[in-house]
Amino acid sequence: MSGPISTSAEWTFELIETYHAEIEKIAQHFELDTYPNQIELITAEQMLDAYASVGMPIGYSHWSFGKHFIRNEQQYRRGRMGLAYEIVINSNPCIAYLMEENSMMMQALVIAHACFGHNSFFKGNYLFQTWTDAESIIDYLVFSKQYIADCEARYGIEEVENLIDSCHALQNHGVDRYKRPYPLSMREERDRLREREAYLQSQVNDLWQKTIPKKDQQSDLDTQTRFPEEPQENILYFIEKNAPQLEPWQREVVRIVRKIGQYFYPQRQTQVMNEGWACFWHYTLINELYDRGKVTDGFMIEFLQSHTNVIAQPEFDSPYFSGINPYALGFSMMMDIKRICEDPDEEDKLWFPDIAGSNWRETLDFAMRNFKDESFISQFLSPRLMRHFKLFSILDDESNSELEVSSIHNESGYRHIRQALSNQYNLSMKEPDIQVYDVDMRGDRTLTLRHQPQNDVPLAGTKEEVLKHLHRLWGFAVKLEILNKQGEVINTYSCPEAQ
Amino acid sequence: MSQLIDRRPNSKNKSTVNRQRFLRRYKAQIKKSIAEKISKRSITDNKGNEKISIPVGDISEPTFRHDVGGISDTIYPGNKEFQRGDRIKRPLNQGQGKGRRASDSGEGDDEFEFEISSEEYMDLLFEDLELPNLKKNQLSKISKTKTVRAGFTSDGVPTNINVVRSLSSAMSRRIALGAGRRRKLHELESELESLLKGPEADQAIVSGLQQEIESLKQQLKRIPFIDTFDLRFNNFMQKPEPTSQAVMFCVMDVSGSMDQQTKDIAKRFYILLYLFLTRSYKDVEVVYIRHHTQAKEVDEEEFFYSRETGGTIVSSALLLMQETIASRYPPSEWNIYAAQASDGDNWTDDSPKCHKLLSQNLLPLLRYYAYVEITQSEHQTLWDEYESLIDSYDNFAMQHIREVDDIYPVFREFFRKQTS
Repeated sequence: MSGPISTSAEWTFELIETYHAEIEKIAQHFELDTYPNQIELITAEQMLDAYASVGMPIGYSHWSFGKHFIRNEQQYRRGRMGLAYEIVINSNPCIAYLMEENSMMMQALVIAHACFGHNSFFKGNYLFQTWTDAESIIDYLVFSKQYIADCEARYGIEEVENLIDSCHALQNHGVDRYKRPYPLSMREERDRLREREAYLQSQVNDLWQKTIPKKDQQSDLDTQTRFPEEPQENILYFIEKNAPQLEPWQREVVRIVRKIGQYFYPQRQTQVMNEGWACFWHYTLINELYDRGKVTDGFMIEFLQSHTNVIAQPEFDSPYFSGINPYALGFSMMMDIKRICEDPDEEDKLWFPDIAGSNWRETLDFAMRNFKDESFISQFLSPRLMRHFKLFSILDDESNSELEVSSIHNESGYRHIRQALSNQYNLSMKEPDIQVYDVDMRGDRTLTLRHQPQNDVPLAGTKEEVLKHLHRLWGFAVKLEILNKQGEVINTYSCPEAQ
Repeated sequence: MSQLIDRRPNSKNKSTVNRQRFLRRYKAQIKKSIAEKISKRSITDNKGNEKISIPVGDISEPTFRHDVGGISDTIYPGNKEFQRGDRIKRPLNQGQGKGRRASDSGEGDDEFEFEISSEEYMDLLFEDLELPNLKKNQLSKISKTKTVRAGFTSDGVPTNINVVRSLSSAMSRRIALGAGRRRKLHELESELESLLKGPEADQAIVSGLQQEIESLKQQLKRIPFIDTFDLRFNNFMQKPEPTSQAVMFCVMDVSGSMDQQTKDIAKRFYILLYLFLTRSYKDVEVVYIRHHTQAKEVDEEEFFYSRETGGTIVSSALLLMQETIASRYPPSEWNIYAAQASDGDNWTDDSPKCHKLLSQNLLPLLRYYAYVEITQSEHQTLWDEYESLIDSYDNFAMQHIREVDDIYPVFREFFRKQTS
């Protein structure tokens, strides 16, 4: 078969299937390992729907999703916001949404980008492998939607919504960073639900029965150990397991919000890589399609125009600047790795002796599988790219009246820039380090959190509001202690506020 | 392997639930915004959606986040002239140029603005309100009928023939009448066939069979394709319907004592009443009657904005209303509502006359008569005269408005759902 697949801008279902088949052939040629694809055509309105519920096809009902929906719809109607061309779900089969407004070229681009780029990333990257379970996520979402709807029917919408509000406030602090979470499965969840409810309640009761203060045992105060023994970073998990007054169904809701937060945790850590990888592959696959004569010159021009828009990086003083574009950075890094493999110069050989001249397919695959944004940048950002983007770093120290250019894209600055950029993608730097420190088990059950600021970056004013939510979950007083560099408490916030 | 699914036809408005949740949760704030909007609209303009804005603070979703401050080392692209160690003045606007993403949770905007449909708008505006006396009067004043479909009949005029039903009953009749003969026919035919296949067919039997087959076929043919018996007609019925048109009389004093501010307050009150009526009635006409010593029917623009001077004789407006009702709005066909706004000034001798006009001529015709007095000062004779009407007429109500903020509560007071 020769000649282009299509010449018109209109797409049809047959054409989408043909393009998918052709792209799949090329992807197999490049040995991309993917989940099977499930492509769904949706309208712009449905795309807005998907936006509102963090891209998930099904989800429990909550007013905050309505708020996001209203906001997005508003902006979209006023033309302030373009919609993404696709949304892709990390599931098996990998679900990709294509918008009906897209032209045929756009659909092909999106298939290459999402159904092969993102898809293979989901399947290959170690974070997704470790932290998410593509097999069961849809089942789990179905389960959670049903469970929360049941709770609403039984306990009232308002009660459940308030609980979810509180959980959402802490969702980012409901993630296990270091241990593999238990895989999700709807059937098992349901089967064990009742058992777990009973068990959990008994655990909690047990804990608190032992801790009811007894007046005649004052003497063992000095042998008292803290609870939890080690500070806990997963606040929601701690609540789920230890909050004294939660009903079993409330614990389950906490768990659901926590699990969904956990599911998105890898996505937040691999934005640059994930988008870079997908852009690299749509670029490579579509170009190969062109080389094989399957698409026309017009198609390619349209493609290159969209592609260029996606990977554009406005400079810091441009009105369009809104931070570093992960698509641009990721795509350039992927292309750069390929270049270092195929055509290294002296500088590359000095900086990347391991990969200079190696097989680019294998090197890229290795990079995709074993890194996250932070480590990927500190490993693979080359001086050439820093010069290309003209990167420079600004040191903003509150105690100085002026900002300082701490390094620029030159020999003495490469390492510093690379480190600083890597830090920028380090979630533990982006998010405040707040941990459960202590529960006053002998006294009034006050829960104490501790915040260890990094580089003296303070907490935003929302902390008091979050404390109220935490107070609702915990049921007793909560306290947030701010530490200084020496580990001494310098400030305390409480809810309810201390007299 | 891949699967291609067209989701476009289904699951429309998946976020509708969430959207309703949002509206429900922030009802109080939204209502407040609505009440503020009331003043900015023309009375009869209620087309399209309504913009609502509520303070962002109320709907925020707080999380533990970093604030600006401390020490940060941030990477930017596009260096032009900077060298290491350069010092730059801190930009005045801390939010911008700091490379912070435009926040998608909308912190930073003061107001969260969105649109609700006019339906949602009305629901919120008039929640828990009802039209007084609506039920009672409806039954007694049925005057209009409406043609509605009412199944099918076996006779009627040719224009009403229902083709599909007629043909399907013709078909069932044909099947019913022909079934026995057709079965016989098939039997005979197969018998004939087997006979003819056989080695020696008896000519007599064969021709006998053939004859019988022929006659059966003829009989089947004679079953008529369609019969008068088959005809079905669409049936229509006249269903009595409560009349769904209403007229609203706006009566206002435009004498010198009424200043623009007072008129504005009155206008808001009329707007509310109009919106409220359109919820229950398909067509609402508005008649504007303004008066000083004489009453005149005018259009909206003139009603609110042209200035007159002179004394005040309220009864002139009531008389004009009575005449207008008699000539254009027979109470048997129209639901008549009236709202009067005044600063309470009236010719002292005229007030008893108003009382008489209302009680004897007008109130029996009206669904509801609402009187609002917009004044900061003492009540005058008109108020006293009207006050004596309250006990004897339950379709009469009066309230006192002092300032703009009173309007909505007063309106709600007028139309509060009667809990009996």
